[in-house]
Amino acid sequence: MTSPNPAAKAAKPGLAQRISGERIVLALAAPVLAVVLSVAICSVLLATSGKNPFDAWNVMITYATKSDGQVNILNRSTTYYLAAAAAAFGFRMNLFNIGVEGQYKVAALFAAYVGGQVDLPSFIQIPLLLVTAMLVGGLYASIAGLLKVYRGVSEVIATIMLNSIAVAIVGLLLVPGIFAPKVSGTSNSIQTAPLSESSHFFALDTAGGPLWGFIFIAILVGVVFQFTLTRTRFGFDLRATGRSESAATASGVNVKKMVIISMAVSGAIAGLIGLPELMQNSFNYGQSFQPGLGFLGISIALLGRNSPFGMVFAAVLFAFLDATGSQLPLQGGFPSEIVAVMQGTIVICVVVAYELVRRYGLKRQQQKVGAQLAAQIAATEKKEVSA
Amino acid sequence: MIDTVHGRGPAGCAQGVPPGPVPSPRFPPWPSERNDAPPDHQETAITASDPVPLRKDGTPSAGTATPAVELRGITKRFPGVVANHDINLTVRTGTVHALMGENGAGKSTLMKILYGMQKPDEGTIAINGEQCEFNTPGDAISRGIGMVHQHFMLADNLTVLENVVLGGEKIHGIGAKAKAKIKEISDQYGLGVRPDALVEDLGVADRQRVEILKVLYRGAKILILDEPTAVLVPQEVDALFDNLRELKSEGVTVIFISHKLHEVLAVADAISVIRRGTTVGDADPKAVTARQLAEMMVGAELPSPESRESTVTATEMLDVKDLRIAKTDAEGIERVVLDDISLRIHKGEILGIAGVEGNGQAELVEAIMGMLPLDGGTVTLDGKDLSGTLTRARREAGIGYIPEDRHKHGLLLEAPLWENRILGHVTEEPNSKGVLLDPGAARTDTLRIVEEFDVRTPGIEVTAASLSGGNQQKLIIGREMSHQPKLLIAAHPTRGVDVGAQAQIWEHIRVAQRAGLAVLLISADLDELIGLSDTIRVIYRGRLVADADPATVTAEDLGTAMTGAASGHIESEPEAVAEAQAVAAEGTEAEHPPTDTADDSQAGE
Repeated sequence: MTSPNPAAKAAKPGLAQRISGERIVLALAAPVLAVVLSVAICSVLLATSGKNPFDAWNVMITYATKSDGQVNILNRSTTYYLAAAAAAFGFRMNLFNIGVEGQYKVAALFAAYVGGQVDLPSFIQIPLLLVTAMLVGGLYASIAGLLKVYRGVSEVIATIMLNSIAVAIVGLLLVPGIFAPKVSGTSNSIQTAPLSESSHFFALDTAGGPLWGFIFIAILVGVVFQFTLTRTRFGFDLRATGRSESAATASGVNVKKMVIISMAVSGAIAGLIGLPELMQNSFNYGQSFQPGLGFLGISIALLGRNSPFGMVFAAVLFAFLDATGSQLPLQGGFPSEIVAVMQGTIVICVVVAYELVRRYGLKRQQQKVGAQLAAQIAATEKKEVSA
Repeated sequence: MIDTVHGRGPAGCAQGVPPGPVPSPRFPPWPSERNDAPPDHQETAITASDPVPLRKDGTPSAGTATPAVELRGITKRFPGVVANHDINLTVRTGTVHALMGENGAGKSTLMKILYGMQKPDEGTIAINGEQCEFNTPGDAISRGIGMVHQHFMLADNLTVLENVVLGGEKIHGIGAKAKAKIKEISDQYGLGVRPDALVEDLGVADRQRVEILKVLYRGAKILILDEPTAVLVPQEVDALFDNLRELKSEGVTVIFISHKLHEVLAVADAISVIRRGTTVGDADPKAVTARQLAEMMVGAELPSPESRESTVTATEMLDVKDLRIAKTDAEGIERVVLDDISLRIHKGEILGIAGVEGNGQAELVEAIMGMLPLDGGTVTLDGKDLSGTLTRARREAGIGYIPEDRHKHGLLLEAPLWENRILGHVTEEPNSKGVLLDPGAARTDTLRIVEEFDVRTPGIEVTAASLSGGNQQKLIIGREMSHQPKLLIAAHPTRGVDVGAQAQIWEHIRVAQRAGLAVLLISADLDELIGLSDTIRVIYRGRLVADADPATVTAEDLGTAMTGAASGHIESEPEAVAEAQAVAAEGTEAEHPPTDTADDSQAGE
């Protein structure tokens, strides 16, 4: 009667088994579908407005083949990737940090102020600015974490409120005499004092212009993100909490502590978002400092499925759209808003598509397991009959 | 169809108060060999012991040899472990037909098909001889099919009347007419439902009757009851069975889903057994024994129960003192959930907690696990005070936990098996080294668990959701047993698990007990409690009200204590105990913890 458990023999977990072709196809199906669909929708939109959509796509793709376009795209991707990583870290444990926007603004302001006041050798100055930004971002985000844990305030509400408060904080501090120099010349715009020379981050000279060295910081963040999630106890707790908070609690995860920590880490990554611009381009924090990166980060994280790897493609895609989209009005008078429409439709489509693919994948696996078990049983029975 | 049911109203009223239960429930007088007998004949036979004269005048055509439900060749290719394959089922009008099978055998799927929630890929459904096709439950309801789900779907803050008319406002309105109708149905079938009572004031059994009434109110003539006895104590089960007999005598057909053998034998007129998605046979409850039924369900010969020798030692393992938890509800009233709970478990002892669900069992478990903050009392494990520690520290101190709801508390359903093996023991070997995970070692150890605990799976990279309930549970038990627990908290360890896996799970618990494990066993299955425990405590409204020695107590008396009617030390009449044990020995071994041969008997499947 005794039959060896076939699972034991079959389940030598090779890499090939873990990363099956089907899983890759399933993972790619949703974003590809979403992009194709939104291209189609935008084409129709352009056509109805009397423009030839193919000309518009041509303008965008042509710019992307030029080296200055490519450098532009990569520099934007750097910022976008950091924004996505900040949002994704919270998302991985079902913590919706909508406050990335406010966190990076406050963090960049403080970093700019410190950078303008202090002038240390580069190898101290640059880490100092990075740490300042991360610390400020992390502290600002942990307000929402603490409110959630001790007062039960939804982090979504709290972070949205904190975004508004962040704008007010910037308005309050960025005035002549506090964070901005007293005399600001003839210009009407107010900004912090320029960063000291030693605060400038290195850039690579390419044919298309300077490629920001911050891209390496972004890559480092991605690598550490992935490693933390998949290879550390903390990452396991984080993923477990994201998948099922009740199961995580029962398994011994201290969910309250996790909420505060992940909120702070998410905020710390958010603190880095403004730095490429600050330390490589503008060298000061002013009223015209790029807004909206936090919300863009949420979209990119969604598209990249909160995976450090997927977000690379998502960030590059969004950077491509934004960078090449700015060429549209210049070459042929296309409305550049079409890019915003496209990003919006991509996000909506991808949310729907991911859910569909997820359900299909789960069902498919259940079917496969059922079929494999049935086959095992059939094989065993046959053996018994012949025996 | 609605008219038919209601048209019989006066006849039902004339019957008035039900004449009391049929005296011999174990032998429902429906001889299966007479399957081609004319209907009058059947009904006479059924109610032979019933003093109330039977309605024979009306509707002879409706009750002819045409079966109420006839399923032919139902096949459902269903994403999951078991699909329905070529199922044939014939349910005669005016009978209680039991549908048995282990969990995951396909009972639920079949009933969902019959109730229009799912469409079969192949096969036909005939209701009263007419071919039907159901696209929604609405279609089934209009054909007179009603389903009482295992989990009640009632709004607590509404009255019975409001609950019954909810969604059926068009039938008899929502006022006096509806109320009269409810009373009429209630009287007709002896349900004893008060239309003006608030549902939140009703007990489980009353709620179930409201659910039944709700279905009858919508004109159901064929009633599907999905595991109706799972939430009831024995006395309530008897009352339910009286109701079912009443329904039957009024011409209602009842399909009764269960895997409790003795209940099916007590109430059913016919039995169909499903195994691995297909009907393996019909049985005559008069002729078949519980053991034979269990064997039909499992498909292998069951082992006999072994005589148990005590493994209880004098070393104290868990000491819970004066545990108290009070919760403040929405209205600001303090509700005491656990009140002065004190208990001790020794090494090698299994302490069973009996009680109707919702009397504080879940809170007791969560308090010991450190998931609920205590308002008072201490928890000491092996001499170490754990009262103020977090869940993880308690797990590391040696508490293993088989949660009541494995989907909610025991598994990450969308994570692969090896990640589920890490869950709950992420800080322990072999899952991690320092702060880093060790996925390789965790995978290897998952393979070991899969083999040792007979988890049927094609591999360890599949998600936990794709396994059947029993295999998920075996994985959890394997995981918890892999860290040398000192105390195992097993909350309903065999709930929703098929008979074969049940036997293996019991065996694993006993082996660990012999090795010195202390076990806190929470179960709604009294046979499981009596069969496994060394001591039984009864919990009622957050207090431990009674204790019993499983060797000298019957399920009946335990059930009485569970309703709060008895306290102190319960001891049943020795004759009753002897009788119960004899019955067990003769027939219902499946309900009792089996021997080591369990694995062998299962492996052949």
